[in-house]
Amino acid sequence: MLRIPCPWCGERDETEFRYRGDASKVRPAADAGLAAFTAYVYERDNHCGWHLEWWLHVGGCRRLLKVVRHTLSHEIHAVGGPEDQLSPPPGLTR
Amino acid sequence: MNPQPKSHPTPARARRVSSGRYSLWRVLLEGLTGQRGWSRAWAKATPRERYRVVIVGGGGHGLATAFYLATEYGISDVAVLEQGPLGLGNVGRNTTIIRSNYFHPQNIRFYEHSLKLWEGLERALNFNAMVSQRGTLNLFHSEAQRDLFTRRANMMRLLGVDAEALSREAVKELVPLVDLDNGRYPVLGGFLQRRGGTVRHDAVAWGYARAASEAGVDIVEDCEVTGIARDGSRVTGVETTRGHITADTVCLAVAGHSSRLAAMAGLTLPIESHVLQAFVSEGIKPVLDVVLTYGAGHFYVSQSDKGGLVFGGAIDGYNTYGQRGTLPMAEEVAAAAVTLLPGLARLKVLRQWGGVMDMSMDGSPIISATPLEGLIVNGGWCYGGFKAIPAGGLATAHLIARQAPHPLAAHLGMERFAAGRTVDERGAGPFPYAH
Repeated sequence: MLRIPCPWCGERDETEFRYRGDASKVRPAADAGLAAFTAYVYERDNHCGWHLEWWLHVGGCRRLLKVVRHTLSHEIHAVGGPEDQLSPPPGLTR
Repeated sequence: MNPQPKSHPTPARARRVSSGRYSLWRVLLEGLTGQRGWSRAWAKATPRERYRVVIVGGGGHGLATAFYLATEYGISDVAVLEQGPLGLGNVGRNTTIIRSNYFHPQNIRFYEHSLKLWEGLERALNFNAMVSQRGTLNLFHSEAQRDLFTRRANMMRLLGVDAEALSREAVKELVPLVDLDNGRYPVLGGFLQRRGGTVRHDAVAWGYARAASEAGVDIVEDCEVTGIARDGSRVTGVETTRGHITADTVCLAVAGHSSRLAAMAGLTLPIESHVLQAFVSEGIKPVLDVVLTYGAGHFYVSQSDKGGLVFGGAIDGYNTYGQRGTLPMAEEVAAAAVTLLPGLARLKVLRQWGGVMDMSMDGSPIISATPLEGLIVNGGWCYGGFKAIPAGGLATAHLIARQAPHPLAAHLGMERFAAGRTVDERGAGPFPYAH
């Protein structure tokens, strides 16, 4: 069971949120070509470790959150808004 | 990071152990002679320094690939490397269901071939895998869903695969436990594939391992792959906890962890890892003799020969490598169970566990060559890999031996993503957590 600290609503149960996938992907420029778009749409690093991801707070403020969560321990390191630059704990990139 | 490769022990081939042919006469004979004649089902091989083919992952697909390489394609210079003992990964964690009720014609043909191989598997392997074609029954709860299922059943029948529509009354007759008029999603009927059913999953791993070992394949347990050796764009072998092994072809069959192994070779795959839970209840007398699926949620259930109800639902829904599940999904599965089968409400759950799935970007598996020469990937099975073990193994063996896709699995190449030919049964788009 995850408890996600929403920056606007406070700590809430995971059932209030909807997962929206890898947040490390950045849309390429329109003329970036097929390989760049294939990587953007389909390829995922799929780390076993710290993972930057989107969660939508559907049962609360309905805003998109960026979350840094560990994909093995499920520990949540940081939560922020879409514009925030979040990073994994220092010294632990994976 | 990687430990220095240890020196290999004598390169002598592991002593071949033959477990002999299993038969009724053998059982009688051993029964009369104190059961002293049985030997190990497969040889515990010590890895050699080089093989023609190294298969990473001693699960269902890896073992089946090795078996078909040796028996169908004449390549027995093969090692299957498993990080622990055989059968503790996803091949021993699934809910044991086999079926071929898909919608896309290429999927129907592939899974139907798998079902046909299941039908002859025990004879081919000389191993009792308890293949039980008890039927899989998919219930529908709305007219739109009936239309969708009808369309799928028609696609199947056009390709010669069995599917039949059942009325509410026929559903009730087949499964008296079902609450047809449940308050939330009354059952309008169902579609039955009589040839679907269950197989004892552990026996699948053991049976393939024994038969492959008998055919000359080295089954190497307690051998974890820690790196993939490359020479430019060519894969030349693997680093393992038991030393370096050179190979012409390396095949990854490690669904759940495909991304991690591919990353060792510098590849990024169209896959996310997610956990799927499964549950077993206490054993009760026979109450359910088909595999039953609920159409208004994600829930499927069958009764094992020991009497326990084996059931599961959807993936938890966010990236994880944890082989455990969380409570919200357990609650959702339990809610679906008692909505459909209220008579089970007081049944106790004995065990719950999780398995890590390769969730691919279109919900279909990957049996594919890669941009690296000599590296083959069998993965992306989502939560449907078990039923596909025989056909998946055969198609992967074909790809390794012939260096061209098996005709039944030509649609499963990784190039389909860039080419826009995804095989998306659910129509959910490139969102693995939605498949």
